[in-house]
Amino acid sequence: MSTRDVTDATFEAEVLKNEKTIMVDFWAEWCGPCRAVSPILDAIAAEHPDKLEIVKLDVDANPETAMKYQITSIPAMKVFRGGEVVKTVIGAKPKPALEADLAEFLA
Amino acid sequence: MRHVIIIGSGPAGYTAAIYAARANLSPLVIASSVEFGGELMKTTEVENFPGFPDGIMGPDLMTRMQQQAEKFGAEIVYDDVVSLELDGPVKAVTLGNGDRHEAHAVIYATGSAYRKLGLPDEDRLSGYGVSWCATCDGAFFRQKTVAVIGGGDSAMEEATFLTRFVDKVYLIHRSENFRASAAMIDRAKADEKIEFIMNARVDQILGADLVSGIGIVDTVTGEQRVLDVQGVFVAIGADPRTHLVHGLLELTEQGTIAVDGRSSRTSLPGVFAAGDVVDPTYKQAITAAGSGTVAALDAQHYLETVHDASRTAATASA
Repeated sequence: MSTRDVTDATFEAEVLKNEKTIMVDFWAEWCGPCRAVSPILDAIAAEHPDKLEIVKLDVDANPETAMKYQITSIPAMKVFRGGEVVKTVIGAKPKPALEADLAEFLA
Repeated sequence: MRHVIIIGSGPAGYTAAIYAARANLSPLVIASSVEFGGELMKTTEVENFPGFPDGIMGPDLMTRMQQQAEKFGAEIVYDDVVSLELDGPVKAVTLGNGDRHEAHAVIYATGSAYRKLGLPDEDRLSGYGVSWCATCDGAFFRQKTVAVIGGGDSAMEEATFLTRFVDKVYLIHRSENFRASAAMIDRAKADEKIEFIMNARVDQILGADLVSGIGIVDTVTGEQRVLDVQGVFVAIGADPRTHLVHGLLELTEQGTIAVDGRSSRTSLPGVFAAGDVVDPTYKQAITAAGSGTVAALDAQHYLETVHDASRTAATASA
């Protein structure tokens, strides 16, 4: 199962007003490391269905949200809780390293 | 048990895989989970790889090498090595997912990792204006001013690439002499968006949440000044990635894996090394590929010797 997409239009409803903890993967088609980390995020989401939902935002198609969160490097993964960013992870990392970064949200 | 395991999937690793696969050694390539394809995955147009007169995109070149290796029977695993057992006739490689693979021979081609400036705020602002990958992050600096630090081909390429997006690039280099090729320097110098600042050392990166400037020191006059930039692209070279073999294989003074003469033979029998991890000097895709060929042929020869020895021993004991 692939993680679903959010957009500038749906960001508020799907991410900011989401009652659960949700992580947004800011990515772009031309970003090699984003393509590398994408299947790892899919796997983490699939292994923790009740803990952490993971969605993707294409920064090219959705510049408003990318600008609002001052994205200057991708992949950038931001965990939102109650509309606030509670964790940011930047850069493609192997699965064990990402799981360690996100441990508090996966337990 | 495998004949050979190849660690790394840059030009050295994939070329070794192509040769080993064609020698019916059915190699297993440990390609890494997020850095497969190596440094060329982060470049754009490669203009100096023979056979591509119109140039080829770095990621396309690496995908082609991967396909060529797979076509001849190489198996590729997208995971990272966490530990190695290299002494003794059977080598073992343990991966991040816990899998353990054994082989008679190992080709180590892990390349090199970007060097950092070593400044206090570099890590804190990494991803917040400090970057090691212009092709990944350049588009976020539209109409901004950025600095590229370095004097090699990668610094020139990053500076030239960034002019697609930014208003201005300062190319900051600590000396007057460049390691970069003349073609790359000429292109950067001809670009009116790029301003060269020579004999300058970066001594601080400024910014609260995002990069707002850098402090530079003139290495001749000692004069200090601050440049207002929103992005800092670090391209000051790379160090061989040897952390997994510290204490296992002999290294050179430059930190590369020591090999015997022009061969790929390391200090342990059955362990071969290729690519940037053995090369403190040239560090080109094509030299890495050539080095991968050497490693595959050396491994093939080693495996034949081991095979012959075990057959002789079996005959003798029969």
